[in-house]
Amino acid sequence: MWAYAARRIVIGVMLLLALSLVTFVLFFASPADQARHACGKQCTDEQIAVTEKALGYDKPVLVQWGTFVKGMVTGREFPADPELKKTHPEFITTCDRPCLGYSKTNGVTVNSLIGEAAPISISLAVVAVVIWLVFGVILGIIAAVTKGTIMDRGIVGLTLIIYAFPTFFIGVFFLKFVVVKWGLLSYPQYLSIAEGGVGGWLTNLFLPAFTLALVYLASYVRMTRAFVLESLGEDYIRTARSKGLNSRTVLFKHALRAALTPLVTMTGIDFAGLLGGAIITEQVFAYNGIGKLTVDSANAWDLPTIIGIVVLAGSFVILANIIVDICYALIDPRVRLG
Amino acid sequence: MSGSTGQKLGGETAQAVVDTAAPSTEVASKSPMQLAAGRLRKDKLTLVSLVVVLLFVLAAITAPLAVHFGWIDPLKSALNLTDEFGRPKDKWGGMSMDHPLGIEPGTGRDTMARLWSGVAFSLFIALSATMIAMVLGVVLGIVSGAAGGWIDAIIGRVIDLTLAFPLTLMLLALASTGLIMVEKYLHTPKGNPTAAVYVIVVLGLFGWTGIARIVRGQVLSLREREFVHASTMMGASKFRLYFREILPNLWAPILVTFTLMMPAFVSAEAALAYLGVGVNAPTPTLGNILNESISYADVVPTFFFIPGFTIAAIVVSFNLLGDGIRDALDPKGHQ
Repeated sequence: MWAYAARRIVIGVMLLLALSLVTFVLFFASPADQARHACGKQCTDEQIAVTEKALGYDKPVLVQWGTFVKGMVTGREFPADPELKKTHPEFITTCDRPCLGYSKTNGVTVNSLIGEAAPISISLAVVAVVIWLVFGVILGIIAAVTKGTIMDRGIVGLTLIIYAFPTFFIGVFFLKFVVVKWGLLSYPQYLSIAEGGVGGWLTNLFLPAFTLALVYLASYVRMTRAFVLESLGEDYIRTARSKGLNSRTVLFKHALRAALTPLVTMTGIDFAGLLGGAIITEQVFAYNGIGKLTVDSANAWDLPTIIGIVVLAGSFVILANIIVDICYALIDPRVRLG
Repeated sequence: MSGSTGQKLGGETAQAVVDTAAPSTEVASKSPMQLAAGRLRKDKLTLVSLVVVLLFVLAAITAPLAVHFGWIDPLKSALNLTDEFGRPKDKWGGMSMDHPLGIEPGTGRDTMARLWSGVAFSLFIALSATMIAMVLGVVLGIVSGAAGGWIDAIIGRVIDLTLAFPLTLMLLALASTGLIMVEKYLHTPKGNPTAAVYVIVVLGLFGWTGIARIVRGQVLSLREREFVHASTMMGASKFRLYFREILPNLWAPILVTFTLMMPAFVSAEAALAYLGVGVNAPTPTLGNILNESISYADVVPTFFFIPGFTIAAIVVSFNLLGDGIRDALDPKGHQ
């Protein structure tokens, strides 16, 4: 068990290193002049050269990647210039570990940019997960026990149709029609729990989180339905039935339990994916989470921020996979690790 | 209620037993293909979705012809049809005999013409990306499953790595540098052709993992079959073994994945268009038509809803078709 966990973590760290390396190569192999973009349009060639040196863009990609990895472990200083530190310590920005980089565009470390955006993305992800799990599992169970009827087809069909619309279409529809034109809900604007209390936080999150949840709803309904049907066909269910248990107990105590295990796995991975930012939803509702930060940095050619987000989002996914696999073995005694 | 569901489920299992037993006693000489076709013929929903999919494909194929012969012109603006705010003068988004689906606010371009060509461009992008992903996924899946050992391990890790990249984020973030790379290394003309190639290549390069895993799983069981052993004994080359012996047995999962990957990429194109990545107006794609319509959504709702529902219709019909084919090919696998 511990050996397995250790091995998975080692592989995970290696994957993360590979991920950051590929990201670096992808971004820096391009013929685009990164320093020019970091410096801005008005910069003279001299200023660009200074920027290039300060950000380390004059060095080979592998060296830059090495510096990045080292910064993750030990922290970094920007610009990394010991002489400047002696003469003008006020020009040096310290970036504590795990340092994801320094955004020249914003004049702050990537860590602090992500730190500001993260609570919004996390809130959005948490509320969305709750919504899609509750609706997905309930509708999935109803569809499974009414298999083949109009109810079943209606649930599966309707969620598929909702899934088929682009997320931004649904988001814009909610904003421009449900909120503005028909005035059914108030305009959502992110409030932290500190500002608006749990109530304000939740009411403002509902619409964007609901939009986001609709993307996942269809697949969770289908999965729940399939898993419940599958476990209803197992031998131990027949045993439970023939013992004379009523079908409610069979469904909720025996079938559902087995069906929930794979759902937990999927939820963990999807949730981790969302921690890297719900790009479209945050863009539609103008929520300044990590997704919106990605869009803004992509538009501004803010490379360090983009790389930082890619590495962070990737590490969430890798970590979630490890955690989920280990939990899976803990929950389900039939799973053997090796 | 709980009692009746118990009975219903019991009844259904009994039904299923009769169903599976029937073909063997009734007709002994039906190929799996004929059985699947027979099941498909009974599935009305799948047949309807097949017709809808074929209509969209037909629209995509005929769109260039329609433009060529001048039946439609997705680029021609008609400023006389819009008022001083750019809104269509006629009701219902400017719907008329000449413009059955209305006109685009601002430019007065015909919505039907744009949508028709848009279906063509969007399906072309989705198809090209699907082809790249399928070829990559099938080849790597077969090699991974059949070769085993360290090759399998490496391909497995590459899949893990690819899955760790957040897809939308990468597509968006890579756009700035990716466009320059595509232009430089693939020598595409600047502007929309480069943007289209970028979207196709990146969707393809990140989309192959699913089919690779499915194919690998299938190959793991196929490689223990007699015909594979026989072929190896007769001294067949690896290439022959992989692509002449194993590949033809994989058409079922390939067909199903293909049908399900197309709508996913149509959606992806739309999502990217919203983020400003990909083909831009005046060249119409379903994504950029819908994206352009957002700013007019409340003023000219038809112009917003029509492309939205078109995308949904494509995604739903392809998905239903894919599910239907899967159920027909493997009725026991998915209840």
